[in-house]
Amino acid sequence: MTPKRLGWAGIALGFLAFFIAVPPIMLRSIVPIVVVAAAGVVVGVLAVRGGERRLGYGAIVAGVLGLGGGYAATRSGEANLEQVVVWGALLASTLRYATPLTLGALGGLFSERSGVINIALEGMMLMGAFFGAWGADVTGSWVGGIAVALVAGALFAGLHALFAITFRADQIVSGTALNLLAVGITGYMYVAIYGDQGTPDDLPAVPDVSLPIKSVPLLGDVFGQLNLLVWVALAMVLVTWVIVFRTPGGLRLRSAGENPLAAETAGLSVVRTRYLAVMTSGALAALGGAFLSIGFVHTFSQNMTAGRGFIALAALIFGRWRPGTALAATLLFGFGSALAQRLPVFSPSGAVLFQALPYVLTLIAVTGLIGRSIPPAALGRPLPKS
Amino acid sequence: MSDELPPDATVAAKLATYVRAGGVITPLITLLVAFLIGGLAVLITGHDPIATYKAIFNGTGLNWLFPWTSAQDRTIAALNLQQTLIVTTPLILTGLAVAFAFRCGLFNIGGQGQYVVGGIGAVWVGQAFAGMPSVLHITLAILTGVVFGAIWAGIAGLLKALAGTNEVISTIMLNWIAIWTGSYLFNLGGPLQNTNPAQKDVPVSNDVAASAKLPVFWGDPQLQGLHIGLFIALAALLVFWVLLNRTTLGFEVRAVGFNPDAAASSGISVARNYIVVMAICGAFAGLAGTLDVLGWQFRIAVNDIQINQLGFFGIAVALLGRNTAVGTFFSALLFGGLITGTSVRNLDPNVFEPALATNLTYIIQGLVVLLVSTDVLVIWLWQLRRRRRTVPA
Repeated sequence: MTPKRLGWAGIALGFLAFFIAVPPIMLRSIVPIVVVAAAGVVVGVLAVRGGERRLGYGAIVAGVLGLGGGYAATRSGEANLEQVVVWGALLASTLRYATPLTLGALGGLFSERSGVINIALEGMMLMGAFFGAWGADVTGSWVGGIAVALVAGALFAGLHALFAITFRADQIVSGTALNLLAVGITGYMYVAIYGDQGTPDDLPAVPDVSLPIKSVPLLGDVFGQLNLLVWVALAMVLVTWVIVFRTPGGLRLRSAGENPLAAETAGLSVVRTRYLAVMTSGALAALGGAFLSIGFVHTFSQNMTAGRGFIALAALIFGRWRPGTALAATLLFGFGSALAQRLPVFSPSGAVLFQALPYVLTLIAVTGLIGRSIPPAALGRPLPKS
Repeated sequence: MSDELPPDATVAAKLATYVRAGGVITPLITLLVAFLIGGLAVLITGHDPIATYKAIFNGTGLNWLFPWTSAQDRTIAALNLQQTLIVTTPLILTGLAVAFAFRCGLFNIGGQGQYVVGGIGAVWVGQAFAGMPSVLHITLAILTGVVFGAIWAGIAGLLKALAGTNEVISTIMLNWIAIWTGSYLFNLGGPLQNTNPAQKDVPVSNDVAASAKLPVFWGDPQLQGLHIGLFIALAALLVFWVLLNRTTLGFEVRAVGFNPDAAASSGISVARNYIVVMAICGAFAGLAGTLDVLGWQFRIAVNDIQINQLGFFGIAVALLGRNTAVGTFFSALLFGGLITGTSVRNLDPNVFEPALATNLTYIIQGLVVLLVSTDVLVIWLWQLRRRRRTVPA
């Protein structure tokens, strides 16, 4: 077996160790869990020795986590476990939590692949959340809400583009400014328009898609009744991959982010490419925000994104600036949120600590302990003026 | 255009140019533009911007300084000014946490996390050891908060020095790790939740012991008077200035800030500087959280951790203050005034709704940072000055 396959096998064993401890299998003895988890760690060590560091260390971490999770599961009551681990509901809510993160991460991907740092995802998402709700309220339809959110996100991102590209401002400073501005603008408009009442109760909502697979076990529970935007987000992963890696436009986008001078020499307008990329970024992040306000909770509240834009950024980095791996990261983070949502049965404070997990994982990822995340070469560099 | 800065100039080098180019004028113009746009927002919602700004100003209590304020107004103004200075105190320190990093060419977005961690340290020591002599208890609590903050920021410095991890990303992640860890500690069943049986369902820490509370020197201690933390913050400004301008460390820090490659080739350890500088930044921010806990909050609730923004405000404070000690003081006072002047407690709701005004503060803050982010305004001023200088010759 190649080291790479060994690594994946180790990760799978780590997950298996946890899986056999919870419903429906729910082994009550620690022995098989230890055996499976240890096997995962051993396979991981073999993979590392074989030269596959990233997956190998991943397998070791998965084995340790699987052992910890499995041990915790054997120590808790069967009734509690039955209540927390309902795979169908858990996976469906994983998808729901992952959707805004996925859209945000894809937005960030466009911007950062073109060479413009986007730490303003949080602000763009917040703009989308407010303008989605406001647009839906004013136009009386969720389509209008989405449209308004997309335009608002793109225009707001245009401000980032104006400062970062045309004025050649420091991109981190202007991104920070946008995050602060978004809190102010959305909060100000929210109070001015809705005052104490909040958004109306009959806010048009993005509809759910009902698939006629309800009777299929597991799949029916997971995919049977999902919001339209969840499907849009999944489709956008594929669309983004095709655009960025399989079209001439995508090649231009990436060349602007890797070597802007060469791209310019080859006759490409780096400035125009970057503008387009950043505004696309804003529109996508705003779509993620709109999902929060009119797809998920059906109301807007001040600063409702609460750091999700930064988790999206984390997922983008954790996923090494690629759509597929970024999706995997958002699903992992989404699963964490979904699990945290149900954990209060055991311990309310422990569930809160779970929320820090995405950030810890990303911190580990960027330090290069488990294979380095390497950004586009020209990320953060404005085009030198000729 | 030889006036253009090279695109790969470090933030520190750019800001040094700004100071030479604009002096105190560019921050003032920046503020003017931000307040004008803010006034426009006020106008759109059908309020009088001048009356609004006047009400906000009176809410800050800064009219206490004017000799023509009547005795009756002066009493209220004194109360308001105490609140403004209470907010200014942590803002000076979170501003310094950002400014010191900038001078070394680092961007510390992690002030918020370092502030939270510092507060946790202070409340942890402050609520224990009841009955300890006050001076000792306060010193111990402050030291704990400072060390907590320094370690938290030091992680980012260490990662940058060892693995080259971008400090922007690591400090953002550390912010949220601190916020959620803090929420965990004080939450129901958390290790630092209060031990009072009557407050079993309240996610808040124990109160700090009386011996750990900072003395109030102006106003009524029962009504949240001004605590001596202000002097500690002012002393920190002095430390910042001396450290940066009168010590070998400061020289190295500035050298690394201008050009890390040049600094490295002249024998300065860039990696060591990154660690030390981030730790010092964290110490400043941690001190900010500490002083808030020991000075007037006396406890930390989960809600405080989730809502507080003082660490993020530090970015605007440092940028507007051009990363200098004097500049940081004045912009901390400005933002302290804005935060207090627009609060529910201090703004007259008949003139302008406080809920709106709070968001107006965020807008003005965002605009300030946005305008500072670009050198367009500065370059333009610089060229104007040059032209004026060359024309008579």
